[in-house]
Amino acid sequence: MAPLVVSYFMKRGFMFSYPEFLEFDVANLFDAIFGWIIQNLEFLFDAISDFVKLLFNSTEDIMSFVPWFVYVGLVFYLAFKLYNLKTAFVLSSMMLLIGVFGLWDEMIYTLVIVLISVLVSVLIGLPMGIIMAKSKRVESILKPILDGMQTMPSFVYLIPAVMLFGLGNVPAVFATTIYAVPPLIRLTYLGIRTVNKEVIEAGLSFGSTPRQMLFKIEIPQSLPTIMTGVNQTTMMAMAMVVISSMIGAKGIGNEVLVAINSLKIGDGIQAGLAIVFLAIVLDRLLQGFVGSLERKA
Amino acid sequence: MSIIDIKNVSMIFGTPNQREAIKEKFASGMSLEDVKASSKATIAIHDINLSINKGELFVIVGLSGSGKSTLIRCLNLLNKPSMGSIEIDGEDITAFDQDQLRAFRRSKIAMVFQHFGLLSHRTVINNVAFGLEVQHIDEDERKAKAMEAIESVGLKGWEDKKPHQLSGGMKQRVGLARALVTNPEILLMDEPYSALDPLIRRDMQNELLSLEDNMNRTIVFITHDMNEAFKMGDRIALMKDGQIVQLGTPQSFFSNPANDYVRNFIQDVDKTQILRAKSVYNHFEDVPLDHATKEEVIAYLEKHDLSFTYIKDEEDQFVGYVLREDLNTRSKDISKLIKTITPIQRNQYLKDILKEFQEDFKSLPVVDIKGRFKGDITKSDIIEAIA
Repeated sequence: MAPLVVSYFMKRGFMFSYPEFLEFDVANLFDAIFGWIIQNLEFLFDAISDFVKLLFNSTEDIMSFVPWFVYVGLVFYLAFKLYNLKTAFVLSSMMLLIGVFGLWDEMIYTLVIVLISVLVSVLIGLPMGIIMAKSKRVESILKPILDGMQTMPSFVYLIPAVMLFGLGNVPAVFATTIYAVPPLIRLTYLGIRTVNKEVIEAGLSFGSTPRQMLFKIEIPQSLPTIMTGVNQTTMMAMAMVVISSMIGAKGIGNEVLVAINSLKIGDGIQAGLAIVFLAIVLDRLLQGFVGSLERKA
Repeated sequence: MSIIDIKNVSMIFGTPNQREAIKEKFASGMSLEDVKASSKATIAIHDINLSINKGELFVIVGLSGSGKSTLIRCLNLLNKPSMGSIEIDGEDITAFDQDQLRAFRRSKIAMVFQHFGLLSHRTVINNVAFGLEVQHIDEDERKAKAMEAIESVGLKGWEDKKPHQLSGGMKQRVGLARALVTNPEILLMDEPYSALDPLIRRDMQNELLSLEDNMNRTIVFITHDMNEAFKMGDRIALMKDGQIVQLGTPQSFFSNPANDYVRNFIQDVDKTQILRAKSVYNHFEDVPLDHATKEEVIAYLEKHDLSFTYIKDEEDQFVGYVLREDLNTRSKDISKLIKTITPIQRNQYLKDILKEFQEDFKSLPVVDIKGRFKGDITKSDIIEAIA
């Protein structure tokens, strides 16, 4: 009897493969949505694009105007201030090594993308984190979206970025920001929510307005946590910069991409190391800064 | 004269639905035990009725979970009572809108916290000035007033330090200075000294007592330490399970404990160490002034059937005493007849006062910290209190 039932269902295919009539192509829906956006909101994205381009070019002009030894010296000075002489030597020689690899200009370019992405992330992430901490409803909407943003493979962000902004550095900033902003939102939210209860009560008991609470108590008190978020955002931006070389962002990431395409192992490792060094330098400096904030707290 | 009137105040922690359900149950006459058993919400305090007098140091004592912190937070509406009303200076603060509430918190009431609640990113002076800053008082005035408050708690020279550079005792001094800077009528202190070392705690207690005598401010003080409660309090409310078990002067707890719980609670309290003149002395201030005539003094003595009287001056300052037998002289001026005696401070401990009594003199004058005459104390008052 049993084999008979199994062969019946096998024939129907019902149990063992997903029925075709229950399939619905969601991809088409997203295509339609983006098609509509591109057709109708082009002016908006052009404006954003122009603005980011301007910001990008002027930042790049300034940053490439500064001579290389100033960067090395600055890293040395900051690391010495935040840590000690040994760390200062290690971090500044990492900067030097990037130059030795012949990737200095590419590094500056990468740094510009990272900086602007972090800047945009802070402009978006900080207010969103605060609103999320203040409103239960926003929290319940934003939390799953943030989960989604962080689990979504980062390559996926490249597609709408290209569709909306074309190729080049602007879509790279766009994709990088979307990828990098969630930790900043989360940690801002966490920081605001975990401000010491008595400190909040003290603020209220002296008759603070909600605005005074936010700017005089909540934000300054959660600054170490927020800065940890900025650090994480920076690290994620570093990771995304390499990937966004696939949509025409120049910089060290592009060197990696070229090395992959032409199977040059040495070049690949060299560019990879340069990225690692830059990431370590940025991370240590930011962490040192967070640490000095926490020591004061 | 009461400054705070708490009337039928209850505080329920739970969802709005649970709160409404509980209110209905109380309205229908269910007992507290039945309501508690029937709901998942917490009834932190229930049906509290309390009047706190102007200028009084009122202590609320109880174990953790007794609702004392919940109650004190109702007084500045950090907790909004679920039921009942709280009148301060005759105004029902539970009916205040946001603006009224802010104005009330800015000018009338201030709070000191158990773990200090200091802003770690600000210097001492900017912490102290916070209450003025939210009122948009300009920086010079703010700094000047903050400096004054810092000096009054003995922290001069520390104003530019950050809280993490201070010891626990110093942090709480900052907390106190911050509360005093707005010159509030009412000071709420939520277990202010519980987080401090015993020695520092004792110093801080004594300082608060002398400060309190000095400023005539109403203080509501929370503690879980019975010794501290008796040491500090003009009157004490003992709380258990969200209700007041006994309310009265420290003396009344010993002479007339309400039940076994109170008896148990006060068992370990060493009375001579904590009872002060102020909890047993006889209050009277209507003694003759130093420029009174002999006839007036004699009339006063006869009216009260006394053999001597204390004398004070126009500013209520204690001057000395006059014996009846000395009034038989011809001299009209009594000032030559006034004899001096060292008065007792209101805040002196009974054990120290006992030593002060002279052989044949049964009464000693009592003054406050500014030397103002407040009444007298007798040996039998003290023995009665300690026994």
